Amino acid sequence: MYPSHDLSVLMRLSRGGDEGAYRLLLGHVASWLRGVAQRGLARVGLNAEDGEDIVQETLLAMHLKRDTWDETQPLEPWLRAIAHHKMVDHLRRRGFRVMVDIDDLADLPAPSPGPEAGASVDTRKMLSCLPARQRQIVEAISIEGYSARDVGERLGMSEGSVRVALHRALKILATAYRREQP
Amino acid sequence: MKTDQLISALVADRPADGYTLDRRLRLALLAGGLISLGLFWIFLRPRPDLVPALATWRFDFKILLMMLTAVLAFGFCRAMARPIASPHHARRLLLPAAALLAAIAVELLTIPSALWATRLVGSNSLVCLSAIPFLSLAPLTAVLAILRRGAPRSPALCGVAAGALAAACGATLYAFHCFDDSPLFVLTWYGLAAAIVISIGAIAGHRLLRW
Repeated sequence: MYPSHDLSVLMRLSRGGDEGAYRLLLGHVASWLRGVAQRGLARVGLNAEDGEDIVQETLLAMHLKRDTWDETQPLEPWLRAIAHHKMVDHLRRRGFRVMVDIDDLADLPAPSPGPEAGASVDTRKMLSCLPARQRQIVEAISIEGYSARDVGERLGMSEGSVRVALHRALKILATAYRREQP
Repeated sequence: MKTDQLISALVADRPADGYTLDRRLRLALLAGGLISLGLFWIFLRPRPDLVPALATWRFDFKILLMMLTAVLAFGFCRAMARPIASPHHARRLLLPAAALLAAIAVELLTIPSALWATRLVGSNSLVCLSAIPFLSLAPLTAVLAILRRGAPRSPALCGVAAGALAAACGATLYAFHCFDDSPLFVLTWYGLAAAIVISIGAIAGHRLLRW
């Protein structure tokens, strides 16, 4: 039902509030990022399993910075720029001063599903840095799969304040990733 | 948390309003500019001979140059807030620089060389050096606050752009107060004052705009 290979179209639909399009887009991007991250880590001799942290950190950045994409331009160069920035940042935090090869980022989108999505140990650790209420909300929506409205009913909050708390939590998570010193 | 679970959280997080970065930047600049306008009115005010001054090319050139710089710096700032570099926005700032150099050439050709030094030193240089950074502070703060939502390829360079934009706004206001209209004065003292604001912007950008 979606023109699944045109990421720019998916992003435009997402901006219009189409959740299905956004989920599909993030899924495509995640499997592409997984390949990029694992190759990047392998090149500097790091364990490729850590790649999932980079995938999640980059997805978060993409999400929080999606306003910086100019709709008149194709989405892919913007995605590559975000991924490049996050990859370099991640490796720098770990003490590597390497240039990430842009060619490595060129094969977007990955049409076939990439390697299996793993759990990210670090994100669980990161969730613990959230205030209790925000952590409850993030866990209920992401892990237990409730909608914002359901979570609101369960916690006695309005759907709007659940969304506000969720957005704050995502920003805190993104900051926690950047400050992380492995 | 698995990546699919993170995606569920991201999908549930819809933006509260449809404001683009561009629009936020304009609103921030407007708010910062109004604060500076208030400060300008309290502390400086337009020069008393504003009306006769408007009839001189030097005064008009000074005002128009500052406004043009502000408009171009806005485009530069907006471009630098994005992860993809587009250097042509920085090159556009060469246009006001070239106009200023041309005006200086006219100045040097039309006034006797004995007056050059007097025009360059002017009567207000220290006020200029402190007033422009002072009037730039509110726009700089407002613009940097919005740019934290951006994803600059180079945070320091984005701070430079914010500094240039704020300095151009501060200088536009100050130009209405300042008695020194010679392009020689403008290049020297407005330039130095802008360099102060741009340096503050670069340092602040490096610290505040990382993502």
